[in-house]
Amino acid sequence: MQIRKDESRPLRSEEDVVYARQAVRSWAVEMAFSLVDQTKLVTAASELARNTIVYGGGGVLRLEQVEDGARRGLRLFFEDQGPGIADVERAMQDGYTSGGGLGLGLGGARRLVNEFHIESAPGQGTRITVVKWK
Amino acid sequence: MERIPILKMGRFLLVTIQVDMHDRLALQLQDDLTERIVKDGARGVLIDISSLEIVDSFIGRVLGNIAAMSRVLDAETVVTGMQPAVAITLVELGLSLPGVRTALNVERGMELLQASLEREELATLEHDADPQG
Repeated sequence: MQIRKDESRPLRSEEDVVYARQAVRSWAVEMAFSLVDQTKLVTAASELARNTIVYGGGGVLRLEQVEDGARRGLRLFFEDQGPGIADVERAMQDGYTSGGGLGLGLGGARRLVNEFHIESAPGQGTRITVVKWK
Repeated sequence: MERIPILKMGRFLLVTIQVDMHDRLALQLQDDLTERIVKDGARGVLIDISSLEIVDSFIGRVLGNIAAMSRVLDAETVVTGMQPAVAITLVELGLSLPGVRTALNVERGMELLQASLEREELATLEHDADPQG
């Protein structure tokens, strides 16, 4: 897989969630994703960026335009050095929440993208990678 | 502090969300609306989201809270103008906005609030005319 373009942005405050949404939107528009796919990507990014800030204590969003043979995609990494997640499987289930949310963040975001990968362990932070292919 | 304006139209409150809201702003709107329902004795709240490009689980929860709180305060809430791409995404995310009434546009939303208010007033009149019934 080749990376055509990349960019990193800090995720520290609530305003950064808005900036993350805007950045993902502009990349998705540039790559000519359909409006529905743009909306899914931006919504997934919003959920994951919020998690990074609220549960991970802040971190970084990295955007990558990737190419795999003939197909192109947008890959997003959300990385924090926070407390990590002890039971990743459980955290992925709808309705599971450690905060005051609806518990749709992780599982919901997974349904909105084509690839979803999560690495996390207690004390090790959390790293989530998602890809939406065109 | 940044705030979403709330307009009063007769017995209804009208809000159009035209900015990409951060979470605190959404919570502020929730508080402001609840206060205004009581202060103005409003019987309905219309929230137009036709300019919103996404509704994520947080904003969805705030809309649900506003609907629930206004119901407790004897006002009805209707959310109008959701874009089709937003609706598709919302359902896939796992949110169906339970307890939130929706209408295609502001005009239909106002009709819905008006009709529901008239129905209620009629029921009150009938009850007053025939307290036994």
